Amino acid sequence: MNGMLVLPVAIPLITATLGLLFRKSSQLQRWIGVLGAVALLGSAVVLFRDVYADGIQVLQLGNWAAPFGITLVADMLTMLMVGISAIMGLIIAIYSLYDIDKERERFGYYPLLHILIMGVNGSFLTGDIFNLYVWFEVMLIASFILLALGNSKNQLQGALKYVFINLFSSLVFLFGVALLYGMTGTLNMADLAVRLPEVENTGLVTTTAMIFMVAFGIKAAVFPLFFWLPASYHTPPVAISAIFGGLLTKVGVYALIRVFTLLFTVESAHNDYLHTILLWVGGFTMVIGVLGAASHMEFRKILSFHIVSQIGYMIMGLAFNTAMGIMGAIFYVLHNILAKSNLFLISGVAQRLLGTFELKKMGGLYKHYPFLAVLFLISAFALAGFPPLSGFWAKLSLVKAGLSIEQYVITGVAILVGLLTLFSMTKIWLTAFWSPVPDEKPEHFGKIPLFGAGKLYILMIPVMIIAGLIIMVGLYAQPLLELCMTAAEQLLDPSVYIEAVLGPQ
Amino acid sequence: MKSLILHTATRLMIGVLVLFSLFLFFRGHDEPGGGFIGGLVGAGAFTLYAIAFGTEATRQVLRIHPITLIAYGLLSLVVSGLIPMFIAEPFLTGKWLFIEWGAFDTKLSTPLLFDIGVYLCVVGFIVTVIFSLEEEG
Repeated sequence: MNGMLVLPVAIPLITATLGLLFRKSSQLQRWIGVLGAVALLGSAVVLFRDVYADGIQVLQLGNWAAPFGITLVADMLTMLMVGISAIMGLIIAIYSLYDIDKERERFGYYPLLHILIMGVNGSFLTGDIFNLYVWFEVMLIASFILLALGNSKNQLQGALKYVFINLFSSLVFLFGVALLYGMTGTLNMADLAVRLPEVENTGLVTTTAMIFMVAFGIKAAVFPLFFWLPASYHTPPVAISAIFGGLLTKVGVYALIRVFTLLFTVESAHNDYLHTILLWVGGFTMVIGVLGAASHMEFRKILSFHIVSQIGYMIMGLAFNTAMGIMGAIFYVLHNILAKSNLFLISGVAQRLLGTFELKKMGGLYKHYPFLAVLFLISAFALAGFPPLSGFWAKLSLVKAGLSIEQYVITGVAILVGLLTLFSMTKIWLTAFWSPVPDEKPEHFGKIPLFGAGKLYILMIPVMIIAGLIIMVGLYAQPLLELCMTAAEQLLDPSVYIEAVLGPQ
Repeated sequence: MKSLILHTATRLMIGVLVLFSLFLFFRGHDEPGGGFIGGLVGAGAFTLYAIAFGTEATRQVLRIHPITLIAYGLLSLVVSGLIPMFIAEPFLTGKWLFIEWGAFDTKLSTPLLFDIGVYLCVVGFIVTVIFSLEEEG
């Protein structure tokens, strides 16, 4: 038992509550928003040390013994994810100080942001499949409001698509949970892992696995279920786009990794179709996403399609089902959250300077703001997988994993998609940064400094922090790779997880 | 809405509804009832009032802004969860305090505090929704 395990959920809840209580004062809201995020990061660090030193940590909520109560479980994967979500929470809270207008603040932007983070952390920590559903709902309701907050026509259009497809996915998820409960009579994930291999109707197990694949696939935006994502993620303010694009889809990936290593393994389904299907899904997601990105000319739309494409890599790593593959997938998730969010944040700065997200109307950023250009290059090259940035190690470990189990075709596809990624990043670079200053530019372009009057530095600080993290992970990748390897090994040997939750078998 | 019947009936009903909601609330835990259902009935009372006398009058009767009500509800939920953590027990563990007065024995507990939170959240949420709908239309 580790009582601290509830903190990554409780701290955002407390922060949101305080934010609601003091919602009249915009100044207090901001302070509470940022300090809450700092406290969350602190709790994540403390918990991380516990998990690193003593292995998997468990908390039985309300002191009800597993499998009857709700269990919170933290293994290395959970802690890596909670850690990155805490970092992102802080980054976005700072960025929002400038990016979010008074109107949205008044409608409770900061409490909602923290409720969203609570939902994300809850999904990572829970050891109960129905509780996972509940956290998904918490996350979705908060994200619905964040997406629609502000009421512009464009936003509502995107939000509607997002709401409907995600409600559908929740419904599918609930069907899957019902089937699992019908087959095994339990909802605790560790208990499920024990009982699923004993179920005689293996066909039904495979069917349920497919249902989960569809449900989480929609959330993670994999091929062919990704259409809602590029249609909605470019509509809200940049801070919201960034946390959605960086973090939310990865919760779907996390859920896929969790259920396909703990519940639906080769042993419980008695066949290997599932991972073959995942492999195809991953391949198509990579290719279709990157082609979609190549065909668009709006900054955030390109980035949205890239989210889809990058999800493919993670699914591919999971489908390899080897320690190396899963390690690559986890590393990829972490690297991608950093690189992708940073690109979104930079698009926000560019929009502030040029007044548009349309690449054709942009230009001259390199001439007037070379420092911003350098930060963009770091993130874009990391996304494309250039050494020595974080993306290189992510791609390298996936490629290595693919070659070691002789999956040459998909590995080739992955490398090719990397090249195409570079192509669309170059497109942004050539138009927004290198091309001449556009005629119809806002008056302040070129005159307003990044640091100093105008307070643009509030936007630049988060961007610089993430860029620093990307370089750090790139130059000093070994510790993080080792942590990801620990996480992957824990995932591939569920007996440790089961024993931690249910006690010695 | 200007209707003499509705106005008179509302004045009579509202006290009954609020009392009934409190009855349902305290009946909870061991028997059907509790914070959620009690909160729904309580919100029903204010909804009726809002239909009969308008939202402005209801805001005055309610005195406290519905969103603040939600905030206090959440606060109560969080506190009830955190109390057991101070004696090194897991979040949300039920802690009971029995007070014997002789005639009425009182049971105070963290689940009660949790339920109060649920009650406030439900009332606050539904009243917020009703107010927004009424004021827009």
